[in-house]
This record gives sequence, C-alpha cells and structure tokens, in this order.
Amino acid sequence: MKKIKNDKPILRVEGFSKYFELHEQHKIIPSSDDVNLEVFSGQLTALIGPTGAGKSTVLKGIYRTYLPSSGRLLFYTKEGIEIDLAKADEHLILNLRKNEIGFVTQFLHALPRQSTEDIVAQPLIQRGMDKKQARDLAREMLSAMNLPEALWGISPATFSGGEKQRVNLARGLVSRPRLLLLDEPTASLDINTTEKIVMLIENLKDDGVAMLAIFHHPELVERMADNVVQLEPPTRIEKTLKEIA
Amino acid sequence: MDKVLEVSSLSKIYGKGCSFCFELTGPEFNTNICPQCGSVIAAHDVSFDLFKGEILGIMGESGSGKSTAVKCLYFDEEPSSGNAIFYDKGKQYDIFELNAARQRQLANQRFGMVYQNPHLGLNFDISAGGNIAERLLMSEVKNYSDIRSRATNLLTRTEVLTERMDELPKNFSGGMQQRVQIAKALATNPPLLFLDEVTTGLDLSVQAAILDLILEIQQEQEAAMIVVTHDLGVIRLLAGRTLVMKYGRVIESGLTDQILEDPQHAYTQRLVASAL
Repeated sequence: MKKIKNDKPILRVEGFSKYFELHEQHKIIPSSDDVNLEVFSGQLTALIGPTGAGKSTVLKGIYRTYLPSSGRLLFYTKEGIEIDLAKADEHLILNLRKNEIGFVTQFLHALPRQSTEDIVAQPLIQRGMDKKQARDLAREMLSAMNLPEALWGISPATFSGGEKQRVNLARGLVSRPRLLLLDEPTASLDINTTEKIVMLIENLKDDGVAMLAIFHHPELVERMADNVVQLEPPTRIEKTLKEIA
Repeated sequence: MDKVLEVSSLSKIYGKGCSFCFELTGPEFNTNICPQCGSVIAAHDVSFDLFKGEILGIMGESGSGKSTAVKCLYFDEEPSSGNAIFYDKGKQYDIFELNAARQRQLANQRFGMVYQNPHLGLNFDISAGGNIAERLLMSEVKNYSDIRSRATNLLTRTEVLTERMDELPKNFSGGMQQRVQIAKALATNPPLLFLDEVTTGLDLSVQAAILDLILEIQQEQEAAMIVVTHDLGVIRLLAGRTLVMKYGRVIESGLTDQILEDPQHAYTQRLVASAL
C-alpha cells in the first residue's frame, strides 16, 4: 500500500558520510559512506541493512549528535526555509529539536529523579504549553501505550526495558514533531504493545508527521514503510591519521 | 531568540607578558606558562555567545582557565584583552569598558554568581537572611519588610529552613551554604547567572538536589547561565552547549550531546573516555 509521493521532501540527505577520527588509536573509522535519501511528510522511510551499515549513524548525524564528515542534510522548516543540518548554527539546531525534529533513541535518556509523566510532558512544556495540559496529554499517551497507571508518578530508573522504551516512545510521539527519527522503537516490546505502537505511528503518519526509522523486525518495515533505503557497511579503510594529514 | 551575552577574544595573563606568550603556550605546547617571560596565560581568545534561558557549560580540568573566564565576566578579575557585550532591556553594554561603579552595579543587580567556595559568595559575619538583604539593599529594594519577605521567599524557594534565616552561614552544612549562596545570587532576579563548580565537593545526594534546583530555576526564570565544571555528569545534565578548555584555550565547542558522543579533539576524546 504505497502512497503517492509528495513532490517536496521535508528532509533530503545528499552524500552523507561519517567517519570517526580516534586520535589516541591513530585511526579513522568509517561509519557511513555516501548515504542519499529523502523523507516526506506523512510517510515513513525505513533504513535497512546489516549491523555496521551505519543506520543509527545517519539518524545521529541528522540530529547532530554526530558531526557529519561530509554531505548535506537539507531540512525544510515549517516556513519552508532550507537548512543544512550539517552546518547550521547550534542555537538553530536546538530550536529545531525543540519545535520540529524529534528523536526516539534506542535507550531512554532522561533527567534523573523525574516522574515518568513529567518526562513525557517535558517536550510540550519546553514549547510553552501549560504544565497541566502537557501532563494530561502525557498521561493520555502513556495510557495509549499500555503503561500501567501506577508507574506514571515514579521515575523510570527501575522500570523494565520494555517499560522504559514505552516512556521513551511516549515522549517522542506526544510532541508530534514534523520529522521524527526512530531508532528500533519496538525492539524490546511484546506483540500486543508493538501493535499499539504501530497504530500510534500510523496515526501520526496520517497527521502528516514525516518519519525516518530503523526497525528490528523486517515485517514491520514491510508493513509500515512507504520508502526503503538499503545501507551497506562502508569499505573498511582504516588509515592512520598521519596518512590522511 | 534573545542574545544575553557575547564574549569576544577574552584573554587574561598573570605576569608582565611578552610577544611570545600566545605563540608558545596552549594545548600544543602542553603549558599555559610562557617559556620566555614566565607569565601565566590563564585564558586566551575565549569567544562565545549566550542566549536567554540557555545553559552553557564550560568544561576542563583545573588550571584550564574556565573559572578565570567567568571571574572576568563577573569583574572579580580584570581581563588583559577582549570584550564582552551584555544585552539587557533593549540596551547593550560593553562591560569591560564600564567604570568600576557601573560594573559593581551590574554585578549586584543584573548578574548572579555562585562560587564553589561559599566563603567567596557569602558574608560569614552576617546571617543567611542578612546576606540576601545585603544584595537587595545594593539594588532598588530598601524597605525593611519588603527585604524580609523577599529573603523569606528566596530561602523557601531554595529549601533553606526559614526558621534558620537569622543564623550565621557558618552553622550550616556545605549543601545548605550553597543553597543560601544560590538564594543570594537569585535575589535580584538576574538575567545572567554564573555557576562555578557549585556542586564540587558535596555529597552525591546534595549534588543531585542542587542540580535539580538549578534546572527548576532555569525553567521558571529563563535566566541564562554559564556553568563551569570539570564534571561530565553536570555538563550532561545541565548544559545545552559546551565549551571545552585546556591550557587557557577553547579547544572545542558544540552541542553537549555531540561533545560527549562525538568529541573531535584528542583531549576531549580522552576526557570523555575516562569518565566513570
């Protein structure tokens, strides 16, 4: 069930490469090489490929957790302004993270000592939403994800892997960013919960959210992806730093 | 977004200085002491900007120049060169060009400073409440009952028992002294706060409570903050952007998650790899 492409992508990645220069080891480790892809509003693009193909690296490069080594990561804002995420000013990136680009990472990173509902409400509060309203929306999302209500008021520090992942997803989905990056969002969830998540993601797609996702299970790619991008591990050229210089 | 501070090429030299000072010091030379004249290049060519509501981390080991930078901005030290523009209520101030009286006025009313050592930030001869009153008296608030109620509010906010506001700070625990210092720094609702190793040396649970307090204050007041620390955990928790300093120079700057996950400089890579 492939949809007709919108003509204009919200994100266009052109020739993205990332290598890590490890000074202590005098090595350059290539992680992604010449990645090209497009992501469209209301569609899900899936990244597939073997371990080491640099799937997570692409997501981290777009979010600027990794500094891209080369290539352009063109993002089109609400106002239609083209921004190269590889080079954009840090304040602009922080602003986009707050308002337009969300990232559900593999593991939950949250401020310690905060209650689960506050963690999920945080992106909404940061955008200026009233605390009570943000918390209500957070609870709605946690409920939609089958997270027992008894857990909402406590910190997720002691939660199981699957519970943490649901908190992570709830926080990512509740703010409905224009572009959502998903890194194995259902890896440690059971079948029933996965089905719930699939529904929520479908709803977001219908609302026009653009998604770039990595899925653990090939059948989820089959079901959910509108576009598929195959990545291969970059050829291992481990040069010493001296050779490069 | 509103800019609060713009620092350009800030330098601080202890000693007479010579023409080789900058050429022969820094991370490449593994020293901040000039081999020609023996001067200490505590900070050189430090530049950054800071926006409203933002927390900027400055990270580095002892002697890297991170505290020197904020001490210059709070007028505790006089910079050797460079300039800093402070944007406040639609006006801008070239703060190193102001006379001493105007600098004191800015420090008292529009800036707040919290030191690692509470002895530097608090007057230990007067009560906790008196410390806050002192700062308020230097600004516009002059009325006794206004001062009293503002001090009570601030100490309540920073979770210092108000029953103890008339006690001397020396009777307080280290964590409590830090809370009084924070209350004092916040007294005038300053748009710019400097926090210099504020949790260093405190018990872990006390550290956590102080860090939580700082985050809450940032959300409530939208103050811009510069957080100086050698603690990667504090940086990770508080700062959106981070500068890394070594031997008086900024060797790397970026988004905090990028600095921690994809550090570019050899020194930062070693620092991040050695975090517990």
